Amino acid sequence: MSKKISDMPEILSDPQKHAAATRPEEKRNRSNRIFRGLCIGAAFSSVGILALLILTLLGLGVGDLSKTFLTNPPDPDPAVAGFFPAIMGSIWLLVLVPLLALPAGVATAIILEEFTPRKPVLKRIHSLLQLNITNLAGVPSVVYGIIGLTIFVSMFGFAGKHGQSLVEWGIRSFDQFYSEVDQVLLVPVAGPNAPEAVLTEGLEALTAQGQEVRIHVIGENAPWPEDRALSQRTLRDYDTPGRVHERSWYYFRIPFGRGVLTGALTLVLVILPVIIIATQEALRAVPYSLREAAWGLGLSRWQTVWRVVFPSALPTVMTGTILAISRAVGEAAPLLMIAGIVFITNPPGNIMDDFTAMPLQIYNWAQRPQKEFHDLAASGIVVLLTILLCFNAIAIIIRNRSNKALS
Amino acid sequence: MKNGIPSTSKKWFPVSVRLRSRLTQKVSEAGILSGMGLITTLSVLLTLIIIIVLGYEASLFFQQDGVSVRDFLTGFEWNPLLGSEKHFGIWPLVCGTLLVAVIALLIAVPAGLLTAVFLSEYANPRVRAIIKPALEVLAGIPTVVYGFLALTVFTPGFKLISENVGSYNALSAGVAVGILILPIITSLSEDALRAVPNNLREGALGLGATPAETSFRVILPAALSGIISSILLAAARAIGETMIVALAAGNTPKLTLNPGEEIQTMTGFMVQMALGDVSNYGVEYLSMYAVALTLFIITLGFTLMGAIIRRRYREEYQ
Repeated sequence: MSKKISDMPEILSDPQKHAAATRPEEKRNRSNRIFRGLCIGAAFSSVGILALLILTLLGLGVGDLSKTFLTNPPDPDPAVAGFFPAIMGSIWLLVLVPLLALPAGVATAIILEEFTPRKPVLKRIHSLLQLNITNLAGVPSVVYGIIGLTIFVSMFGFAGKHGQSLVEWGIRSFDQFYSEVDQVLLVPVAGPNAPEAVLTEGLEALTAQGQEVRIHVIGENAPWPEDRALSQRTLRDYDTPGRVHERSWYYFRIPFGRGVLTGALTLVLVILPVIIIATQEALRAVPYSLREAAWGLGLSRWQTVWRVVFPSALPTVMTGTILAISRAVGEAAPLLMIAGIVFITNPPGNIMDDFTAMPLQIYNWAQRPQKEFHDLAASGIVVLLTILLCFNAIAIIIRNRSNKALS
Repeated sequence: MKNGIPSTSKKWFPVSVRLRSRLTQKVSEAGILSGMGLITTLSVLLTLIIIIVLGYEASLFFQQDGVSVRDFLTGFEWNPLLGSEKHFGIWPLVCGTLLVAVIALLIAVPAGLLTAVFLSEYANPRVRAIIKPALEVLAGIPTVVYGFLALTVFTPGFKLISENVGSYNALSAGVAVGILILPIITSLSEDALRAVPNNLREGALGLGATPAETSFRVILPAALSGIISSILLAAARAIGETMIVALAAGNTPKLTLNPGEEIQTMTGFMVQMALGDVSNYGVEYLSMYAVALTLFIITLGFTLMGAIIRRRYREEYQ
C-alpha cells in the first residue's frame, strides 16, 4: 500500500506550518557560516600554535647556540656549559633502542596479524592479546620508568646491595699507589672487592703510561734512590692504595644499575606497543590478493609472510618505527625515574656507564631558577627539535615514496 | 632453461625461494614461529609484570606503620615529607591531576573536534597536506619542551593578565597538556569521521541540510563512538603526563579547584620521589609505588573504556 500525500504529516504537506516549524533560511545559513568559520579557525590555529611555538623556541635558543655549547660538558657556570654528554647519551640510546625494540615489535605484530587462529577459544585469547597491546600503549611512560627502576636497576634488590654487583664482566681493578715523587703505580687485583694488595719487593705493577714494572719497596727512613728508573718504581712500605677500576667497552654487570642499558630497556618498554600497533596496521594494509597469490604458488605461510607480505609492508613499518624511535629520543619521564638528575661530564664508554640524555639535560636546566640556565635549556631544545624534525622528515619522505597502491 | 621449462630463477618467480627438503623447511619454520611466539608472550606478559611489581611494592607500603588502605583511599591530606606526623591520603594528588586534565580537555576537545571536522568535511587536499603533517609534528614534540614553554612562556603570560597566578600553577600546565593532546583527539576523531560513508552526507545534503547541520546531526552522531574513545584516550594521556607538570605545576599537594594555585599531580609526586634523596625502602619511597598503582589503574580504566566503546559501539555501515 503506497502512501498518499494526505498521509504525510501536516508539517510536511502544509507549507505554512512547515515554514513555522523550521528555522528560517537566513538563520540556518548564518549558523552554517559561523560553524564553518570556527572549523577553519580551529584548524589553522593549530598550525599557528606550532609555528608560534617553534619561533619562540628559536628566538630563545638560537642566540646561545655555539660550537662550545655542542662540544662542552655541562658546567655550574652557564657561560661555558655544554650539551656534549647529553648528545652522546641520546646517540647511545638511538642505537640500542631500535636494536632491542624492532625485532621484538615486528615479531609480535607478525604473530598477532598473520597467524590469527581460527578456533573460537584461541580467537578469544587473540582478541584479549590485542586489547592488551592497546592498553600497554596507553600506560603512562612514567609507570614504565618505575618498572625499569624496580626491575633493571636493582633487580628487586635481590641481586646485590646498592652499588655492589652480583656478576661483572670486562672490569679490571687496580690498587693505585702514589709515590713520593708523584709517580702513579697500579697493582692489579683479582676483582673489585678483592682484599688490598700487600706491598712486597718485586710486585708487578703498571705505571700510568701502561708500562709494566716491578715495585721496589723501601722502609720508612730509607733514603730515596738516586737512580731515575729505580725512583720511578719505588714505594715506601707504609704507602696505602686506593681502589680504581678500568672498564672495557664490553663491561657488563648484573644488576644493570642506572646505566645506558637500563635506560634503553625502559624506553623499549615504552615504544614496544607503539611499534607493534604500527607494524600491525602496515601488515593489514597489504592486500589479501598478494597472500593468496603466494599461497597459490606453493609458498608456506611463513614464506608468504617473510618474502611477500612483510617486504610490501616494510616502508610503512619503517615510517612507524622512525616515529616511535623519535618518541623514545624525546622521552624524559622514564629516564628521569631511573637515572635521576646526575652531573655527567663524560659520554658513556660502555652500556653500563652512567649517562644523561638530551631531554634529561633540558629538564635539568629548565627546573633551575636562573634565567641563564633557561637559555641553555632553550638551546638544548633547538638541538633536540632539529634532530626530531629530521626524523619526521625522513619518515614522511619514506611514506610518500612508497605511496603507490599495491592492489 | 632447457626444453623451455623455466628454471627457478628470479626471472620467472617474483620471489626467489630456495628449494629445500620439506622436512628441513618445516622444522626451521616451526623454530622461527615458536621463537616469535615466545617474544609475543613476553610483550604480553609485560602487563602482568607491571601489575605484579606495582602490586607487590604497594603491598609493602601498606604494611608500614601508620599506613592503611582506608586512609590512603579516603584521606584528604598528603604530606609524606614534611611535618612530624605523615599523612598518606591520595585525594590531593588525584585532585591536582584531575584539575590539570580537565583544563587540558576543555582546550583540546573543542579545538580538536572542530579541526577534525574541518579536515574531514571542509578541507581540500592541498590544505589537508599542510595541516596533517603540522599536527603530526605537533604530536612529535617532546613533552619536556612543552613543560619548558609552560614554565617560561605561559606562566609569565598569565601572570601579566592576573595577579592570582603563582610561579607554579595548574593553569599553564593544563594549557600545555591541552596542546599536547590536541593532535591525539584530532587524528583519532578524523579517522572516525572519515569512516562515515558518503551516502549519509549526500543524503543529508540532498534533503536540504546545510553542511553544519549535516556535520552536527548526521556525521558526528554516526562517528560518536570513535570520537568518545579518542577523548578517553586523550584523557588517559593527560592524566599520565609527567614532564609538563613536573616543571610547571609545582610540588604542593592540595585540594583546590583554583587553577592559579601551585598543586602536585600523581606523576609529579613520583618524579619528586625518584629525584629526592629519600632512602630506598623508606615509607615515603614506597608510597611512590602506591601512587603509581593508582595512576596505572585510572589510566587503564580510561584506555580500556575507550577501546571497548570503539569496538562495541562502532556503527557498521555497508
